This record gives sequence, structure tokens and C-alpha cells, in this order.
Amino acid sequence: MIRLEKRPTPSRLLTGLTPILAVLLTMIVGGLMFWILGKPPVEAIRIIFWDPLFDPNFAAYSRPQLLVKAGPLILIAIGLSMGFRAGIWNIGAEGQYIMGAIFGAAAALAVYPKESALIFPAMIIAGAFGGWLWAMIPAILRTRFNTNEILVSLMLVYVAESILASVSQGLLKNPEGYGFPGSRNLQQYPSAANVEILPNSGMHWGVVAAFIAVIFAYVLLTRHTRGFEIRLTGEAPKAARFAGVNPTRIIVFCLGLSGALAGMAGMFEVAGPAGQITIDFNSGYGFTAIIVAFLGRLHPIGILLASLLMALTYIGGELAQLMLGLPGASIQLFQGMLLFFLLATDVFTNYRIKLGRTKLGGSQ
Amino acid sequence: MQESLLHIEGLTKAYPGVVANDTVSLTIGHGEVHALLGENGAGKSTLVKMIYGLVKPDSGQMTFKGQDYAPPKPSVARQTGVAMVFQHFSLFEALTVAENIALGMENPPAQNDLARQIKEVSQTYGLPLDPLRTVGTLSAGERQRVEIIRCLLQNPKLLIMDEPTSVLTPQEVDILFKTLRQLKSEGTSILYISHKLEEIRALCDTATILRHGKNVGTKTPSTATARELAELMVGASFDSPQKKEKDLGQTLLKIDALNVAATDHFGTSLKDVSFEIKAGEILGIGGVAGNGQDELLMALSGEQSVTSGAIEFDATDISHLPPHDRRLRGLLCAPEERLGHAAAPNMSLTENAIMTAADRKGLRKNGFLNWAGARQFAQDVIAAFDVRTPGTENAARSLSGGNLQKFVIGREVLQNPKVLIVNQPTWGVDAAAAASIRQALLDLAQNGAGVIVISQDLDELIEISDNFGALNEGRLSAIKPMASLSLDEIGLMMGGSHGMEAMQ
Repeated sequence: MIRLEKRPTPSRLLTGLTPILAVLLTMIVGGLMFWILGKPPVEAIRIIFWDPLFDPNFAAYSRPQLLVKAGPLILIAIGLSMGFRAGIWNIGAEGQYIMGAIFGAAAALAVYPKESALIFPAMIIAGAFGGWLWAMIPAILRTRFNTNEILVSLMLVYVAESILASVSQGLLKNPEGYGFPGSRNLQQYPSAANVEILPNSGMHWGVVAAFIAVIFAYVLLTRHTRGFEIRLTGEAPKAARFAGVNPTRIIVFCLGLSGALAGMAGMFEVAGPAGQITIDFNSGYGFTAIIVAFLGRLHPIGILLASLLMALTYIGGELAQLMLGLPGASIQLFQGMLLFFLLATDVFTNYRIKLGRTKLGGSQ
Repeated sequence: MQESLLHIEGLTKAYPGVVANDTVSLTIGHGEVHALLGENGAGKSTLVKMIYGLVKPDSGQMTFKGQDYAPPKPSVARQTGVAMVFQHFSLFEALTVAENIALGMENPPAQNDLARQIKEVSQTYGLPLDPLRTVGTLSAGERQRVEIIRCLLQNPKLLIMDEPTSVLTPQEVDILFKTLRQLKSEGTSILYISHKLEEIRALCDTATILRHGKNVGTKTPSTATARELAELMVGASFDSPQKKEKDLGQTLLKIDALNVAATDHFGTSLKDVSFEIKAGEILGIGGVAGNGQDELLMALSGEQSVTSGAIEFDATDISHLPPHDRRLRGLLCAPEERLGHAAAPNMSLTENAIMTAADRKGLRKNGFLNWAGARQFAQDVIAAFDVRTPGTENAARSLSGGNLQKFVIGREVLQNPKVLIVNQPTWGVDAAAAASIRQALLDLAQNGAGVIVISQDLDELIEISDNFGALNEGRLSAIKPMASLSLDEIGLMMGGSHGMEAMQ
């Protein structure tokens, strides 16, 4: 019989090793899946993981895309990881991302076509505020009426999507857009454009903000009281109360921070890579960031790496669809496997396998 | 070997890294009350789990009434005639007594028949119990009766009892002992696990003492002294806590008509609790678990909000203050539940040290934590309280109960509290560790702090407290000097024996 036995302390080696193990297992099983689909498995894996970075034909386009795609994932996942650590489940980052984009774009469009160096910073603040505001709804409902923040934040995504559809056809619609839904293109509005800082690097201000968020989160979690309180609340809520942690404050802080960061990510996206508010502006970053947060072990550095990896599978996945005609669903399945194998291998950081006879009762 | 009921020969059970039972042999005769003595981790639980079929021995034999006996699971043990009352009850609070008992039976009779049987057994053995009451409304002592009656309905030949008196008032202990003696006279053997030596001397015919998984001696308790048994159990002599004469100082903490509503359905509301504590005083608060002990601690620590004016500390009203500010003023607490309340199980000892010590130890500056200082403080606690652990970076859950308890108490004591409130400071802690914790509390009071010890262990309270009060259903009795009280009076303060009136 195979049994799982709880380790006295979590294995440090495995905590670092399981993400790598999960990636390897995903490659093997994913390759097997591609093979069953009648595609060359080794080539498919190579196209997904290698070609976007090193193939002379694609790298020039793909490499900058890596940061463009990873930037919002990092920003959102860093915020989410704070809440997840404290046992506060914000599933609605997608909605906060949309609201941030709307608020950020609205701030710019309100003063269009004035030019000022203050416009872009104001947009960042407006974007963060929009996301924060949207996250405060589940926060207040949770702290006042003890509603479940998972459901409320998730359902608010659909409300945000409706608002997005409404404003792109109404309030924020481009008056010179020949009746097409969608706002003015902020890329063509110099004071509001989120430009590439280094040419062909994909590095825009959102990526800079993401890196700052990583450092901020790292310092907060390891050095600051608030970070300690967040971890304590997640580990042992009763002990946290005993230590003097105010649960309401932690809920408001975690939801607010993740909302603000998601809102910022939305604003950077609308002012940069996307350029304008459209009906289908959002592309699921808010949901993918949940996977990223866990793939990165809720650790800031881990999230940075996991975002880059996830961005790579997006770009590589698109490339594989193009080159090998792989179905899009198989790429999503491939990404899903990553989380699946991570969770599966995760068990071994807290448990070890024991081979032996069946026994009832455990320790003495 | 004809006359023995259960004979155990060379029973061994090893777990990774520890031999829980090392060639243990013992014999229990018909109608014998056999004590199993030992510290926490000595292997008592493993041994009885093997007898009850919960754990399979690695080697060794058991014979029951001369037959080979190797129960693969508890139901086989029960069919053979072995029954067990666990220390932690497995009862559903929302169901009635009869329903709970039916749940544990293989072929339960109809509820009416069962209720009648329960009444019969409870009358025969003097264990007052109403089969139709909801378990959630029962006292700990009554819940234990449910478990005992559940066993007696099977007509066991051997009844195993794991620390049965830890939750009982003295009167309830008397009732229990009467029942056990009656069972004994009818020929039922009892294997009685305890670390309360006086009890064992009063009740048991033979005592087997386990230490580090080995049988270190079989004694006749009535002829051995308690000290002799204790030293055999610990394997060394240890100092009993020393209480010195002292004068009490001014009032530090004054509780005036404290009312706290229960937070959940089976919690206890505190009703008009009033007391005060002076510098140098140890106030013992007794009572059976679940009578408001947790609620009292949480109201004092600041986890539970209370009405203003109820708590006065150093002549200032602190009722509205959160835990953090109360700590800064010198009011510290150590809750009962070690893992999850007093300490975060998966966090390191350093993190657990800073959890309550950040303010008073100056380990926080502008919101940033001083980890080097925290590590040093954790190290100090480990050194001063002899906490056995490889180091400060080990998770709290990797420590044994006794060691973690020493850490939790040490963490608060080393912060120089003005008033320290501890709830069940030595619950599940071995004798030597318990003695050192009690000594630390006495020293603290000696140095001018007020100490409130909430405990179910009356011996402990009698040993260290100056004054005594008891919690019963959320009400605190009048506070009286410990020295003036007899055991009977203490029992009455604790609420006497629950349910006696109902039967008589």
C-alpha cells in the first residue's frame, strides 16, 4: 500500500523544486497529447518554449511580447497573492482590471486633447482608483454583512464587462470613430500614451510598475508588520486575532491592494498595447493571474518567473497554432496541465510517500 | 496464566524515528483495576490502541482469556469484549444521547428500546443521564457518561479509560469511581490511564509504569508513595514548585460585571463576572471545560469586545482597547489551544515569538520588523524555559505539546507582564515540564506580577494559587482564599455534580 505521511516541517528543497517538476511533467504529458493529436511532440514543445526566444525568424517579434504579456500578469498576480496568503479570495481581478482601464482612459479622454506631463500620472492614479473601488464592493460586503468575497468579486466581473460594453458604445465612444464602438486610440494621444521605454524591448511603464510591485511585495512580506499580519492571518486566523491583527483591516487592505494593482494593469494596457477601450478589451489576464499566483507559490519572485513562463506559453502557443496547426483548445489544456501538475506535486512538500502495509490510526 | 484476562507479551511498535512501545509486557487479571502510568509520549496511547485494534503491533503476542488475541480493527476488539472510553469524546452535539449511542452500534435497536436500555444501565451504575437530551447541552462529565454507557451496553470484559477524570469536578470523580468499583466487583477489568497519582492510589490494584515506550516497573499503588511513582514515571527526581510567603500589593486588574455573549451556538456567555487581582497574587480559576474559560481569556486579551467600564487595568478603563494596546500596558495572555491560537502551527518559532512580543520587546520600528532581534528573543525563550527543539527556525507544529507549551508560556513570561492570564497552562504536558511551568508562574508572582491561572487541574490550582474562584456556566463564584477551602467546597463552587438531582 502507498500511504502519504505528513512531514514534520515542509520540505524546503521540494518547495523550490516542484514548479520545475511541474513544468517537466507538463512537457512530457503535453508532448504525449500533441503526439496523439498527430503532431510531432518534440517539435511542438520546442516551438512553445524555445522558438519565441531564440528562433531567428520569430524572436525579434516574440521577445518584446514576453514583457508585454508578463507585465499585467505580474501586477495582478502580486496583488492577488497578498489576499491568497491571508485566505482572502479575490477571483474578480478581471473586473477590477476592466474598471481600472475605464477609469484610466476616462481620465485621459476627459481632458483630450490637452497636453501635459501630469496627464499620465493622473491616469495611473485614476486606474488604480477604479480597480480599488471595484474591489471595495466585495470588501465592504464581506466585512459588513459577511458575504462570500469569492462569489461577489467573480460576479462583479460580469457587471464590469457590461459597463465596458456600455461605455465603449456610449460615454467613451470616439466621436470621430465613424460610429464604430470603442474609444479614441490613446496611443495617438502623446500625453496619455503608455510608450515603449526601450525600443523593441516590450518594456513599457506597466512593466516598470510590475517590477516595482515585485520589490514592494517582497519587502512587505518579509520585513513589514503588515506582511507578517497577512501571513499570520492565512496560517492561523485565531492566532492572528490573538496577536492583535484586525481582520477587517486585513480584508480591506488585501482586496484594496489587489484591486488597485489590477486596475493599474488595466490602465497600462489600455494606454499601451491595446490603445483603446473596446467591447472585448479584456483578454482574461485577471483570471490567468490566479494561476500565475499559485504557480509562483504566492512568492513575489516566484510570481515574476511564473508570469514570464505563462507569457511564454501564450506566445509559444500561438506560434504552435500557426506553425503546426495545433487546435487552440490543446494549448489551453497545456496551460491547465501546468497548474494541475503543480498542485499534484505540491502534495509532496508537506507529505512524503510511505510504502508499507495498511494501518489504521497513525501516530502515537 | 489461566486466571488472567489479558496477557501482553513483548509488544513492540515502532514509528519512524521513535520506538513507541519496546517489548512491553503486562497482565491484567479478572476484576482488576490496572493503572497505566506514564508521561506524554511514553507510549500509553499506542499500547491501548494496539489492545483496541486501532494499531497493529510490529511484534509480540496478546492473549485474551487464554486465546490468541490480535484484533485487526476495533469492531473485532469490541466483539471480544474490549471497550474503550477515549479522552476526546466523539459525540455529535446536535443529536440526542440515544441517537449518539445508536450511531456507534453495529445493529442499533429501536430508539425507544435503546432509551430504555440506557436508562437501565445508567440507573444500575449510578450514572445519571437522560437519553433524550441533546449532547450540546450536556456538561463534560455528562458527555463522558454517554461514552461510558455506550461501552457498558456492550457488556465489556475489559474497559479501557483514557484520562477519564481530566474533565470532571471532584463530585463527578466520586460518582465515576463508585461506578468503576461496582464494575470491578462484577468482574469487569479496567485499564485506567492517568497521570494523576493520588487517583491511581485510591482506585487501582496494580500500576504499570511506562517510560520511553518501556515498562519500567509494576507497582502496587496503595503501598507506593506518589513521589515514588512520579519519579519512576519521569526517570529522575525533579523539584516540586516552591511557594513562598509574600504580601500582596495594590490592585492591578479589576473586572466589574463583565458580560460577554457567546459567539456561537455551543459557546458559553459570560454573566456578571467580577474579580480583581493584586500585585503578587495568583488567582486560580477552576471549573470544568466549556464553562466560559475561553471566553474569559478572549475578553481579557482583547480578542472579544466588551462593554466599557468592565475591565480596569492600573486604574484605567481598557475595555475598548485592542490586544496590541493591552500588551503594551502589560496585560499578557497565553491561550489554551497551543496550535492555532497561542501559536501558528506552520510558522517558525522566531515568527511565533514576534507574534506577541513585537511591541514590548521593541522588535518593530516604523512598521518594520527586527528579525534578528526576534530570533534572539526566541533563542532566549528556548534557553530560559528549556524548550527542546533543534532551533528557532523550526515550525511550531514540530514541537511536542509540552515543549510548545513551555515556549508559549516563556514567550509571555519573558516580556515581564504586569498581569499574566494563562488558560490550562499544563494541559497535556509531562510532569517535569508542568512543574517548571508552575514554578515560572510562582516566580512571576513573587516578582510582583499578578497571575490568573485558569485550569481544570484542581491539584495544580491548590498547589499554586492564593485565591480561588470557579467558573460555572459563565458565572464566576465568589473569590475565596485557597487555604480556607476544602475539596468539597471547591466542588460545590464548580457547580457540584451535574445532573445528580435528576436521578435522585
